[in-house]
Amino acid sequence: MSKGGMKRRTFGALTAGAVVAGSLPARAADKVLRFVQNGNMTILDPIWTTAYVTRTHGYFIYDTLFSMDANNEVKPQMVEKYEVSADKTLWTFHLRDGLAWHDGTPVTSEDCIPSIKRWGARDAMGLKLMDFIKEFKAVDAKTFTMQLKEPYGLVLESLGKPSSNVPFMMPKKIAETDPFKQIDSQMGSGPFIYVNAESKPGEKHVYVKNTKYKPRSEPPSGLSGGKVVKVERVEIIEMPDTQQQVNAIIAGEIDLIEQPPHDLIPIMKADKNVQMVDWNPLGQQFVYRMNHLQPPFNNPKIRQAALLCIEQEEYLKATVGEPQYYKVSSAAFIGGTPNAFDAPDGLFVKPNYEKAKALLKEAGYDGTPVVLMQSTTLAVLTNTAPVTKSQLEKGGFKVDMQSMDWQTLVTRRTKKDPPDKGGWNVFHTFTVAADILNPISNTYMVAQGDKSWFGWPTDPVIEKLRDSYAKETDPAKAKQLAKAVQDRAIETAQYGWIGQWYGPGAARKNIQGWLKAPVPVMWNVTKT
Amino acid sequence: MLDFIARRLVSIIPVLAVVALFVFFMLRLTPGDPAAVIAGDNATSDQIADIREKLGLNLPIWQQFGIWLGNMLQGNFGESFFFKKTVSELIAQRLEPTLALSICTLILAVTTAVPLGVIAAYRQGSLLDRVVMGFSVLGFSMPSFVIGYCLIYVFAIELGWLPVQGYTRIGTDFWAFLERMVLPSVTLGIIYVALIARITRASILEVLNEDYIRTARAKGLSNRVVLMRHALRNAAVPILTVIGVGVALLIGGAIVTESVFGLPGLGRLTVEAVLSRDFPTIQAVILLFSVVYVVINLIIDISYTIFDPRIRY
Repeated sequence: MSKGGMKRRTFGALTAGAVVAGSLPARAADKVLRFVQNGNMTILDPIWTTAYVTRTHGYFIYDTLFSMDANNEVKPQMVEKYEVSADKTLWTFHLRDGLAWHDGTPVTSEDCIPSIKRWGARDAMGLKLMDFIKEFKAVDAKTFTMQLKEPYGLVLESLGKPSSNVPFMMPKKIAETDPFKQIDSQMGSGPFIYVNAESKPGEKHVYVKNTKYKPRSEPPSGLSGGKVVKVERVEIIEMPDTQQQVNAIIAGEIDLIEQPPHDLIPIMKADKNVQMVDWNPLGQQFVYRMNHLQPPFNNPKIRQAALLCIEQEEYLKATVGEPQYYKVSSAAFIGGTPNAFDAPDGLFVKPNYEKAKALLKEAGYDGTPVVLMQSTTLAVLTNTAPVTKSQLEKGGFKVDMQSMDWQTLVTRRTKKDPPDKGGWNVFHTFTVAADILNPISNTYMVAQGDKSWFGWPTDPVIEKLRDSYAKETDPAKAKQLAKAVQDRAIETAQYGWIGQWYGPGAARKNIQGWLKAPVPVMWNVTKT
Repeated sequence: MLDFIARRLVSIIPVLAVVALFVFFMLRLTPGDPAAVIAGDNATSDQIADIREKLGLNLPIWQQFGIWLGNMLQGNFGESFFFKKTVSELIAQRLEPTLALSICTLILAVTTAVPLGVIAAYRQGSLLDRVVMGFSVLGFSMPSFVIGYCLIYVFAIELGWLPVQGYTRIGTDFWAFLERMVLPSVTLGIIYVALIARITRASILEVLNEDYIRTARAKGLSNRVVLMRHALRNAAVPILTVIGVGVALLIGGAIVTESVFGLPGLGRLTVEAVLSRDFPTIQAVILLFSVVYVVINLIIDISYTIFDPRIRY
């Protein structure tokens, strides 16, 4: 019950006069979980879009062949067991018993193969995997094979990819939809069923427990293990106003918030009915992206000078504030994970303005202003650009910071024109840490010119290293290759990484069991 | 009268044409690319270009306009870039909350503001008059979201009398619907009350000095009859005008109020569509608002004839 003496229903009854409070329909709320995500979900196809809210939706209704556990290790999920041939080119997958679509029909190999293909047509890791695949074959209803052209070291990491795009399994008919068109149906084999009739985009999305789902027997761990649903129904409530999200959770109208803004956390901590839950220990990483096509950052020495100006803690203090919610780490592939290596000489941690100035002189920097795009509508990013401006200016750069809303930035970053003709030199974004744990899934490491992410770096050396990493099946050697990729990215100043941060979720105190995973999943959650 | 109505209805066409042109070109000339938004943060330039082509956004702007206009004239407002629904379906789905909010606000505002304005005029110079006018200035000056947050803090969080947010459809549970309409209607209504009360007071004051009011008093009629039957009726025209003009305030206010209170109405749909550059939805919603505004003002013009028989078209 919220603060204050009078119950809401009593007020309603008094106002109405003759209506007896008991005639008001009782809210069947005990087994209904009300969850607010970061952002509205308008697209329901997690292969068509990389939007995180849609990815989360995918985890409700779909299942995956493999998934990542709490130790960032890939474990079988829909797969019962798998075999790899001695030459490491033939992979055989056997599906678990009891897997079924929401309409009761069994999941078969004929569904899995087109699902992998559809995902592989859109996702960066999937595209890489597809390059190595010679053919798929459905051996029987529960067994299929994947024949590779040559050994590939990231088969399981690809099929167990935790974040966008996730290789969700869909019924054959749906999986055969053009990957560049949205699917029409929300049929999956996951632990929840999407209730189309009650869902209204912009208002709420409704999921009910899939009573026929057969979870694995292992306890849940991260995104793997037994997906046991302990509530009857989940409603994702669309609530764009973050202050209102906080008001609603305090008032008991919602049960969980995915990631409230850091400045509102003290309000919730002060409420005895609300707890903060660190469900995503990997967190996020801020990214510093330069345009390799336009001066001055078309000059590697000038890019290196820019990286020498970076001091991560300044960014993290300006954006997140509380040290318990951030981590200074010079590792590209996320500190604390298998591919984490510190950058040399305190790069990204301690700035070296003198060296930066020397490099600028050596490079013949002529004072061309660096056009820095500042996004003003994504709260967590707003303060990154002013920090960059300050740091670059200390390092001898001239900076022209231009403020705009996120959608404008997202459009402008696609332009390859000179900055004074609508282009840009540098901007910031952030990424979910689970998306960048290795040189293949980390889209910022791609250096294939036009095929690269915005900034369009070109570097055949790093591409060769990434290829070697992808083919390497020895984990120890793969780790060294990951380090080599990071070293090369630093050497060419391909891009910068400016700090890791964490955004806890908020939950009412009667909510327990929110799993630590890169995605906010609702199995295992209880509401008492 | 029928001629007048017919002429006014026909005049909607050029209004809509101008609005359509303006909205269409303004959207495409301002920064922002729906294809980039759809593709997501990790997409490459090639993927974005592909989506642009599939959405027809790479066609020359005049060609895009022609296609859209042609479809619109056949009643096809296109499909939302994001929701995978036709724009008509989206609007139909979101209409009820906005209509409900508008009607509740209008009823609340008119039934509160008109009596307040009348009493303030009748008791001109008194403490009550000053309080009403002071409230009117405050109500008009404060942004609606500030009013909303204050009301939520007091009535929803501290007192726990009303819900913080959300909407229940009227057919699902009437009392829950009403409960959820109170705070949003009051939030949006305060500005409207401020405006109408002020105009009512000014209008009544003007009329109270007329000879026929003096005659009515001389005839021994009670203050209530003089005010309600003679003064108010003759002061109605400017009051109705401001109610009509205030529809624009209502539409703009609904956008903010729906976002604050989580009402899944057309206002919120507009915000979501603008933020994601969902061109078909923005175009259709703005056209709809234009039609509503014109029709409401037509109704107001017609209603003048009820209150003032001298007005004939």
